[in-house]
Amino acid sequence: MSDTASLERRSHAARDPGPMAAVFIVLTIAFMTVALILPLLAVFVEALNKGIGLYLSSITESDALAAVRLTLFVVAIAVPLNIVFGLAAAWAVTKFEFKGKQLLLTLIDLPLSISPVISGLVFVLLYGAHGWFGPELRTLGIQIIFDVSGIVIATTLVTLPFVARELIPLMQAQGKDEEYAAATLGASTWRTFLQVTLPNIRWALLYGVLLCTARAMGEFGAVSVVSARVRGETATMPLEVEILYNEYNATGAFAVASLLALFALVALIAKTILENQFAGDLAAQRRH
Amino acid sequence: MTAANPRLRRFVEPSALGGFWPALGFTLCYLSFFVLLPLAALALRPWELGFSGVWRVLSAPRTVAALELSFGAAFIAACVNIVFGTIAAWSLVRYEFPGKRILDALVDLPFALPTAVAGIALTAIYAPHGIMGELLTPLGIRAAYTPIGVVIALIFVGFPFVVRSIQPVLEDLDPEVEEAAATLGAARWRTLTRVVFPAIAPSVITGFALAFARGIGEYGSVIFIAGNIPQISEIAPLLIVIRLDEFDYAGAAAVGLAMLSISFVMLFVLNALQAGLLRRGAQT
Repeated sequence: MSDTASLERRSHAARDPGPMAAVFIVLTIAFMTVALILPLLAVFVEALNKGIGLYLSSITESDALAAVRLTLFVVAIAVPLNIVFGLAAAWAVTKFEFKGKQLLLTLIDLPLSISPVISGLVFVLLYGAHGWFGPELRTLGIQIIFDVSGIVIATTLVTLPFVARELIPLMQAQGKDEEYAAATLGASTWRTFLQVTLPNIRWALLYGVLLCTARAMGEFGAVSVVSARVRGETATMPLEVEILYNEYNATGAFAVASLLALFALVALIAKTILENQFAGDLAAQRRH
Repeated sequence: MTAANPRLRRFVEPSALGGFWPALGFTLCYLSFFVLLPLAALALRPWELGFSGVWRVLSAPRTVAALELSFGAAFIAACVNIVFGTIAAWSLVRYEFPGKRILDALVDLPFALPTAVAGIALTAIYAPHGIMGELLTPLGIRAAYTPIGVVIALIFVGFPFVVRSIQPVLEDLDPEVEEAAATLGAARWRTLTRVVFPAIAPSVITGFALAFARGIGEYGSVIFIAGNIPQISEIAPLLIVIRLDEFDYAGAAAVGLAMLSISFVMLFVLNALQAGLLRRGAQT
C-alpha cells in the first residue's frame, strides 16, 4: 500500500470512531477468534495435553517419519512440475497473441473449482483397476492408483494453477517491451527469458511456489482417493492424521497435525512478508 | 517457421520473440494429461450405466440427501460468511485496533491449514466435551456429528474468500464520496446503503460464489465433524469415496459429474448476476 493511501485511511479511521466502529471491531475479533484462532490453538493443545514426552515420541515414530518423507517427496515432484508449467503457460499467454487464449486461461483456472475428491476420482476412472487404461498399464507392470505415483499426479492436478495464476497477471502488466528490446539486440529467446523475464517475476514466482507448496503439503481429499492409505508406505502427513484419528489415537493424530499447522503458520508469515516487502513486484496480488 | 504455413500464421500473430510453440505445446500437453483427459473420463464414464442407470444413481434417496446437504450447507455457510466477512473486511480496512495486522494475516489461515487438520481441530472443539461443545450443549445445540457441524466446517474454509474479495474494493473506495454524502446531510445508514453497499455488492457476490463453490466440494474439514450418517450428515464428496471403495466407478462418476455440473451452472448464474450489477454500477 502506498504511504498516501495509508495516511488517508488512518485519518479517515480517526474521523470515524463512532459506536459502529466499536461494534464492528468487537464482532470481527469475536468471530475470528471462535472461527479461526480457536481451531488453530486446539491443534497444539490436543497434541501436547498428554505431555511433551508422548508428543515427541508421536512425531518421531517410524510411520510418522515415513509420512513426513513421503509428503516432502510428493511436494518435491509436484511443485517443480507446476513451476515449469506455470512459466511455460505464462510465457505463451502473455508474450504472444493467439486464438483461444481465453479458453486456455479458463482451463488453467479450472482445477480450482473442482472438488478435491473429484480431482482424485478422475485418475481412478483413468488408471484404476477398472479404469480406461488401468488393465493395460497393469500388464505392463505399471501401477498408478494406490501407488505413490497416483498421489503425485493427484497433488499436481490440485496445485496446477497456483504458480501460473501469480505469473500471468504480473507478466501481462509488465508487457513485452523489455523482451522485444533484448531480442532486437540479438539475445536468444532462452537468454531473454533467463536474464530479462525471470528477474522481473522472481518475487511473484516465489509467492506462487509458496502457495503451491502449502497446498501440496496439506492436500487430503484428492490424495485419500488415490492412495492405498497404508501407514509407512502410501500415507502422506494428512492421511497419517486421518488414520491415527480413526484408530482413536487422537494424540498421535494431533501431533502429526501440529507439524502441518506449524508449516502453515510459517507459510502465512512468509506470505505476509512477501506481500508487505514486494507489493509492487506482486501485481497479481489483489491487495495493497 | 510460422511464415511458411499461412494457417499457423493466422493462429498466432508474428512476434520478435521465440519459444511460442514449445511453450504452448508443453502447456497443452500438460493440461491434456492433468485436466482434459481426466475430465473426459468424468464426463463419459457415468453413461456406462445407460441413461436410466445414471438417473437411478442420482435419484436414489441417499444421493439426493448427500447433494442437498453439500449444496445446502455450502449455501448457508456462504451466507454467514458474507455477513461476517463483510464486517471483518470493513474493520480491517477502515479501523485501527490492537492486533489488527495479526488478524489480517490470519484471515488466510484456512487457505494454509490442511483441511484434515482443520477437520480434527473443529471436531475437538465442537464435540460434546470440547470448549464450544460445552457452551452449546446447555442450549440444546448439538454441533458435532450433525449437519450443523458441516456448516461450521464450511464457514471455516469459506471465510477468507469473502474477506479477500471485498477488502481491495473497500481499500479503493474513496472515503471522500462517503464524506460528501455525509456533509450533504445523508444519515450514516443512508450513506452505507446508497454509497457503500452498491460499490461492494459485486465483490460480495464474488466472495459468495468462491466460498459457495469451495464448500460444495469440501471434504477434509467436513468428514471428521460430520459424523457421516447416510441421508443425515453424509456429504456428496464422501458418497463418491464410498462408491469408489465399492469399485462402483460409474456410480461415483455419476455423483461427481452431477456435483460439478450443478456447481458450474450456479457459478454461471452468479457470474451473470455480478456482471449485471457491475453494468448497473457503471451506468449510474
